[in-house]
Amino acid sequence: MADIRDEAAGRVREVGLAAALTGGAIAGLVLLAVCVAAAVSTVAAGLGLLLIPLVAVAVRELAGRYRGVAGRRLGTPVPAPYLPRPSFTAKPGPWPLRQAALTRWIVTDRATWRDVAWLPLGFLLGVPLAAAAPLLVLYGLVGVFLPITYPLIDQQVGTGTHYLFIPVTSTAMSLVAVPIGAGVAGLGLWIAPALLDRHARLTRALLGPTREQLERRLERVTETRSEAVDTSAADLRRIERDLHDGVQVRLLSLGMNLTAIQRLMREDPGAAEALLLETKENSGKALNELRDLVRGIHPPVLADRGLADAVRAFAMDLPLRTEVDIELPGRAPAPVESAVYFAISESLTNVLKHARAKRADVRLRYERGVLRAEVTDDGVGGAEPADGSGLRGVERRLGAFDGVVAISSPPGGPTIVVMEVPCALS
Amino acid sequence: MRVVLAEDQFLMRAGLTRLLEAHGFTVVEVVDNGPGTLRALTTIKPDVAVVDVRLPPSFTDEGLRAALEARRRVPGLPVLVLSQYVEQLYARELLADQSGGVGYLLKDRVFNEEQFVEAVRRVAAGGTALDPEVVGKLLGGRGGDSPVSRLSEKELGVLELMAEGRSNSAIAQRLYISEKAVGKYTTSIFAKLGLHPSDDDNRRVRAVLAFLNSPS
Repeated sequence: MADIRDEAAGRVREVGLAAALTGGAIAGLVLLAVCVAAAVSTVAAGLGLLLIPLVAVAVRELAGRYRGVAGRRLGTPVPAPYLPRPSFTAKPGPWPLRQAALTRWIVTDRATWRDVAWLPLGFLLGVPLAAAAPLLVLYGLVGVFLPITYPLIDQQVGTGTHYLFIPVTSTAMSLVAVPIGAGVAGLGLWIAPALLDRHARLTRALLGPTREQLERRLERVTETRSEAVDTSAADLRRIERDLHDGVQVRLLSLGMNLTAIQRLMREDPGAAEALLLETKENSGKALNELRDLVRGIHPPVLADRGLADAVRAFAMDLPLRTEVDIELPGRAPAPVESAVYFAISESLTNVLKHARAKRADVRLRYERGVLRAEVTDDGVGGAEPADGSGLRGVERRLGAFDGVVAISSPPGGPTIVVMEVPCALS
Repeated sequence: MRVVLAEDQFLMRAGLTRLLEAHGFTVVEVVDNGPGTLRALTTIKPDVAVVDVRLPPSFTDEGLRAALEARRRVPGLPVLVLSQYVEQLYARELLADQSGGVGYLLKDRVFNEEQFVEAVRRVAAGGTALDPEVVGKLLGGRGGDSPVSRLSEKELGVLELMAEGRSNSAIAQRLYISEKAVGKYTTSIFAKLGLHPSDDDNRRVRAVLAFLNSPS
């Protein structure tokens, strides 16, 4: 009994969802009208510069909800294919410039135009799928309640009415509408899930990544995987070489010195002591080398405390005023933490080396499944990912985790490096 | 003097015990993990504790956290933290309660027995012992517009030793100058940094760190 009740409640919820989707589609149509207005007014008066970002945010919000609903329905999330948003929070420039950059980001994103195309298509194809079930239920309810409403209709119209194909001319006849209405409402409830499934697939087709995008993504995965393998192989070679040429040689010379000291102790205690001093110094140097090596592989604070404190500790050691602003509700998986840490430290090292900056800012946030890091400096700008091997290295590191890097560095500064890595926090 | 030693590596533990006992300390308890450290420190309340940063079971900064917690429960409990590496972040956490009796040294410092033992004694007496490497970073990790950049080379040298927690006479010895000269440099450092002078070792370090922690 409870099962049936649950089932029925579920169906009713689905019809409600379908009704909401219909409402959304209508809202989408309104947005489309505003889109057209925005496009026209851009040409006309530059007003679109203001309108486009506003409309885009609304359209993206709406599309995002539809993706969410479709993703839950299909059991796999429908990814949003947008380009990463450039940062305007860290260093607010003059307002019109910021607005222009924002508009540029939106207009140049192909996903924006797919959204715009989705508005009418989603309406034409989606509304029949979404609205059918709620309309059937509504019409069914009209039938069920006809014996109650009939006298009112009769009073108003006086000639009776029709329910479906049955002419209803008396209260007695209106009772016939009750089982038919129940049937129609039942049909609405019954077909709702199937229609919602179709609707979800339609949404995925219109708003999800295209085949071309998926192919490109596969290509990128293959590429970043081989880069990750290459990078880690190069790292291993570097570590091996450092150990072999550095620490191993030092330990060997320590052993040799100790042998010599053992012999000198009897013959020449003075020389033995001098050699002992040198040996002690050498062992200190070996320790230092090992420490540097460990830091390059996996910084101790990162192991101890995680990303936030590791970045704080790194910033503290920089000979540059560095403000750190971190708010993370949990810890990212260890490999992601490590990649993001090295990406941030690489960016800060670049600031130190090239930017001639007075200060730097690091911001770390986690929003909607994406870990986002921003490194901003007030230096001379002109950073070019193409010729800076450092920035290329950052891209390579994050690429292995589907992360992306966006750099804004006009000549004269400021330079903003934005890094985004999708991940789950624990 | 009663010492509690927290160290999980056998060689290091044996070496430290030998070194401390050779200099007249009594090692009353040796522990090799974080929870044990906290228990030993709070129940035994030794005259000084020597604690490794990284301890089992987590092999992260368990020792440091045990030391911080023990000092929260027993204010002023003297703790010298040893580590394979030194981090400003950890140094600042140790100094944050401003009650003195803390040290944070690189493990390598045991190479110089006298200096190491002196550091243990200083911490036991309520002073501080910061690793020169940390002090160097604390003083060097500042932009060119920092007031530290206004100090002369001699003054900077004195400030570094002061931040390590050394007394005027120790500074004089190290820099081969008279104690009076140290006093003179100290006064001019405090003037340049806008700090009020004080005779207390510990307060001097606190003042230096308060200055370093303030946004420049």
